[in-house]
Amino acid sequence: MFHNISQTIKKSYILAEVEVRKLLHDPTELISRAVQPILWLGIFGEALSKVRAIPTPGLTYLQFIAPGILTQSVVFVAIFYGLYIIMDRDTGILQKMLVTPTPRIALVWGRMLSAGVRGLSQALIIFIFSLVLGIHLNITFLSIIGVILIVLLGAGFFTGLSMIIASIVKTRERFMGIGQVITLPLFFASNAIYPISIMPAWLQVIATVNPLSYMVDGLRTLMLSNSFSGVGIDIGILVVVTLIVSIISARMYPKVVI
Amino acid sequence: MESQSVSSLIEVLNLTKKFNDFTAVDDISFNVNKGEIFGFLGPNGAGKSTTIKMLITLLEPTKGKALIDGYDIVNESSKVRETIGYVSQMISVDGTLTAYENLMLMARLYDIAPKTERIKRINETLSFLNLEKHANSLVRTFSGGMIRKMEVGQAMLHRPKVLFLDEPTTGLDPVAQQSVWEHLFALRDTMNTTIFFSTHNMEEADKVSDRIAIINEGKIVIIGTPEEIKAKTGKPNASLEDAFIFFTGNKFQDKSNFREIRRNRKTEQRLG
Repeated sequence: MFHNISQTIKKSYILAEVEVRKLLHDPTELISRAVQPILWLGIFGEALSKVRAIPTPGLTYLQFIAPGILTQSVVFVAIFYGLYIIMDRDTGILQKMLVTPTPRIALVWGRMLSAGVRGLSQALIIFIFSLVLGIHLNITFLSIIGVILIVLLGAGFFTGLSMIIASIVKTRERFMGIGQVITLPLFFASNAIYPISIMPAWLQVIATVNPLSYMVDGLRTLMLSNSFSGVGIDIGILVVVTLIVSIISARMYPKVVI
Repeated sequence: MESQSVSSLIEVLNLTKKFNDFTAVDDISFNVNKGEIFGFLGPNGAGKSTTIKMLITLLEPTKGKALIDGYDIVNESSKVRETIGYVSQMISVDGTLTAYENLMLMARLYDIAPKTERIKRINETLSFLNLEKHANSLVRTFSGGMIRKMEVGQAMLHRPKVLFLDEPTTGLDPVAQQSVWEHLFALRDTMNTTIFFSTHNMEEADKVSDRIAIINEGKIVIIGTPEEIKAKTGKPNASLEDAFIFFTGNKFQDKSNFREIRRNRKTEQRLG
């Protein structure tokens, strides 16, 4: 599967670039996607920070949830990416792609990267909106690089997961159902909007194995503290889980055409 | 018929595909010659699509083998993919990209290099299809015939030795149908491209095919030139449609499922 790594990377880039072109032909999607994170930060975040119900030592509540909301908007983009392979199957684009000599894993990475690009556009919006709300973020060259890396990896993992689900369920309707069912639990069973320490023990276990928590943790360290402690572990875990779903989904999704 | 003739581009030997207990393709063997226009006919659910999916490397056979230009469809699938072009029954061109971008994507995925060569081939293809004026229009603004031509264009950029077309003219009006075929003939005449297509349209198959195979319940029931097939019915002046009914049995055996029908109707609606 990795027999020609430079070829694979080149093809992934080509496929992602086409997605970006499509986005530029019709950027309305970017604007409509910006609404949700703005509501979470501007309304939910503002309201809860008045209540002071959630302990966030050393941080304001808005600071605490900004990385969580960024994670959420990236994950919500990525988790529906499997829908595209079902749609592409129904229109014949998928079959045509599979008949080209493109390595299977490049077709997966192309999707992951394009979800990542959409995720980065969300990150930009959230950074700008945070500045508007007066949320203090740590913005340095290295922290920005780290944020970009984590957004790409997180988008990649959830895109891969989504493609695996799509290859199993095979129809749009079932996929939409499952997508709805898993997104909110993934989000709530994580450290996105409250610390893991206030959760009941059973939920702590789930939150600890939830890759979303590592994404939030890495982003929170990079965006709020002037350190990189633990970021290496967060990135390492995301790299491993993303590689695992890449391999599984490259094997599984060509079967969606049957 | 299993003699390995040098002029064969597609060699199929005892090809079989089973889904659980159901045998979709049952031990079929046939050859297609270089530069031949080969029609593949059969009722819905007869095994046409399954056969094509195996030949274009989307599906692995349960038994038997097939060679495309000498390459094995299972063990040398990436070589096979470089050798073939495929036009899906559905709309496989991306409506949200321009004609030029659609072609450029394929040119890059097929490693046509360098960039000057890519641009040259794209321009040649656009002019071959009479679509130069629409190079920078989004494909979703195209008519059905233009869309089909774009798909042929995408599939021929890398100069495949064989082009597989799944119901290439379904949903097209007669003028567009003719235009698509004129381009396919030109491709065969100039580059000796072999054309393997499936269709439901007997009149079309009769008119364009050098040879035809009819598949029914997973088996090839007859193979030959349209004239040979019509003659074998033993009826004078039999049309290919008569022959089709004669060889597939006239009982109603539509085995297509809901998803396929919905997809076909949608494609027809979008092309029409």
